[in-house]
Amino acid sequence: MIYEGKQKIWSEYQKEIPDDHYFYVRSCIRQSFFPASERTLLDIARNKLGKDIFETEHHTTCGGIAYHSDTIPQETVMTIIARQFALMAKNGYENYVCSCITSFGLYCETLETWREFPALQEKIADNLWKSCKLEFAKPKFLVHASDLVFKYRNQIAAKGKYKLVNIKTGEPLRVVEHIGCHYSKMFPSKGVGGAEYPYVLVGMVEAWGGKIIDYPERRHCCGFGFRQYLIKSNRSYSLSNTHKKFESMAPFEPDMIITNCPGCPYFLDRWQYVIAESQGKTYGKDGRGIPVFTYEEVAGLVMGYDPWDLGLQTHQVPVEPLLDKIGIPYDPAKKYLGKDGKDIGKPIQPSCLK
Amino acid sequence: MGKLYDKLMEDYRLKEGLNACINCGTCTAICPAAEFYKYDPRRIVDMVQSGDDSVIEELLKSETIWYCGECMSCVTRCPRKNAAGLIIMALRNLSIETGLFMESEKGRQMYILAKDLNHNVLNYGYCVYPRNFPYEGHPEAGPVWEWEHAHLDDVFERLGANLDGDGPGAMRKIPAENLEQLKRIYDITGATERLEKIKQAGLKKAAELGLTEEEYIQKLYTEGTKMHLNHC
Ligand code: SF4
Ligand code: SF4
Repeated sequence: MIYEGKQKIWSEYQKEIPDDHYFYVRSCIRQSFFPASERTLLDIARNKLGKDIFETEHHTTCGGIAYHSDTIPQETVMTIIARQFALMAKNGYENYVCSCITSFGLYCETLETWREFPALQEKIADNLWKSCKLEFAKPKFLVHASDLVFKYRNQIAAKGKYKLVNIKTGEPLRVVEHIGCHYSKMFPSKGVGGAEYPYVLVGMVEAWGGKIIDYPERRHCCGFGFRQYLIKSNRSYSLSNTHKKFESMAPFEPDMIITNCPGCPYFLDRWQYVIAESQGKTYGKDGRGIPVFTYEEVAGLVMGYDPWDLGLQTHQVPVEPLLDKIGIPYDPAKKYLGKDGKDIGKPIQPSCLK
Repeated sequence: MGKLYDKLMEDYRLKEGLNACINCGTCTAICPAAEFYKYDPRRIVDMVQSGDDSVIEELLKSETIWYCGECMSCVTRCPRKNAAGLIIMALRNLSIETGLFMESEKGRQMYILAKDLNHNVLNYGYCVYPRNFPYEGHPEAGPVWEWEHAHLDDVFERLGANLDGDGPGAMRKIPAENLEQLKRIYDITGATERLEKIKQAGLKKAAELGLTEEEYIQKLYTEGTKMHLNHC
């Protein structure tokens, strides 16, 4: 598709993203596997850009993974969501930003269902009062944390130390963007740029100097599939879907992948290791993988954070080739150290994936 | 229209997810599950819209309703604004309600999902809790996770998280009174009852097979027949 055509589609999906004053809600998967990403987002927004992003320890999971694994009724998850919204209002906020894509999709679906079925909304408000003694409220603006970074992308670029450019050739890095399915596939109008050509990550990459590459399976799911990953005997579903994406993107020789979903970077990273180990196949050059990043990690790199403060040592596909391409300095000796230089050992380096 | 169909139509996901299906097959063409599993969302939507209870009962007992990954890729593309993924969720819901989920190998896996995920939700306030994500059960998480999991406190401290700590932050300890609120939500919205139903059905099956709970879980977690896959 020609670029102008995409711009026209993007212009039809403009989403209002308030600049400031948010109630922040974390993601179970992001916290478990990329805790530094959430810290980086808060640090950039609060301390570098001076925004008010409030967090309370009293919020919980939205229940999304339990719900999408079909273990709890819709009414349960809606009441948990109502509790989260009520905490927002109780703390004096009306803008809600969540770190999780599964949550974001569920919030959109829930708000839409409440709008269509007011009696159900009343029932949930009643459930909320009975169980938690909290007043029902709804956010005025609901955004995903990647919407926020999209909003701040030019400020981040202006304060940035590095660009997504190959320091040796001066060429923009070739970037694959992967959007979590529940970001906009259900409600295209709720995502920046819609569902077919989401602009949320494209906008960041372009603002930070990189070049987005298109490939046939760009919109294909990473393969999480909830029960399809969580149960070991179903897990080939997850692997097969990631495999399909990599086979499709490899000929376009991406330098890196950027994602906006908590789970996708985990799958796209770890299944590369499994494919390398089981098939001997790698998708980067010279036996290397394609490094995968969260958007908070990429924002952090652009702003000059130390890669090990961003948690890049917890990725399975080594990130150093990408850091070298951009010219970001790092100390290999510090990669696996704990706090204050504590020696906590090192992972075994698999020979199948450099 | 039969009783099962009426029951299905009470589900908001079906109210939202089923308009007249024109059998175009677009959902199947885009579906990641259809690519690898013997799965055809077009056919399922058509079976549901038949309104025929015997057909719906066949679905509730089937393996096929458990193949969907709930990615919702089908929703974007359907020309009639159907949501095969939401219809699947309603079918799974009714399959559990009626106990028919125990008739399929994939349906019986509900035992582990219900137990593990909700243990995390009710005891920690998270669907995923890293201490309960052992490398042994997840070798695909790679040697880096083997190392990280063995040094979870140190790695989380290094990354500025607040693992099991007081106050806000990543993987903080969620206060007991908030976990109690989650439990009350489960009690009044039918989740507690549903979890108990799944548990009892599973324990009964384990007893029939002469297995302990742990052996039954291992069987569900690791055993799978190839009949599910397209190329087999
Ligand atoms: S895409 Fe929609 S209309 Fe076409 S077969 Fe699927 S559900 Fe029916
Ligand atoms: S939600 Fe289910 S039916 Fe729809 S595309 Fe995803 S896997 Fe296929």
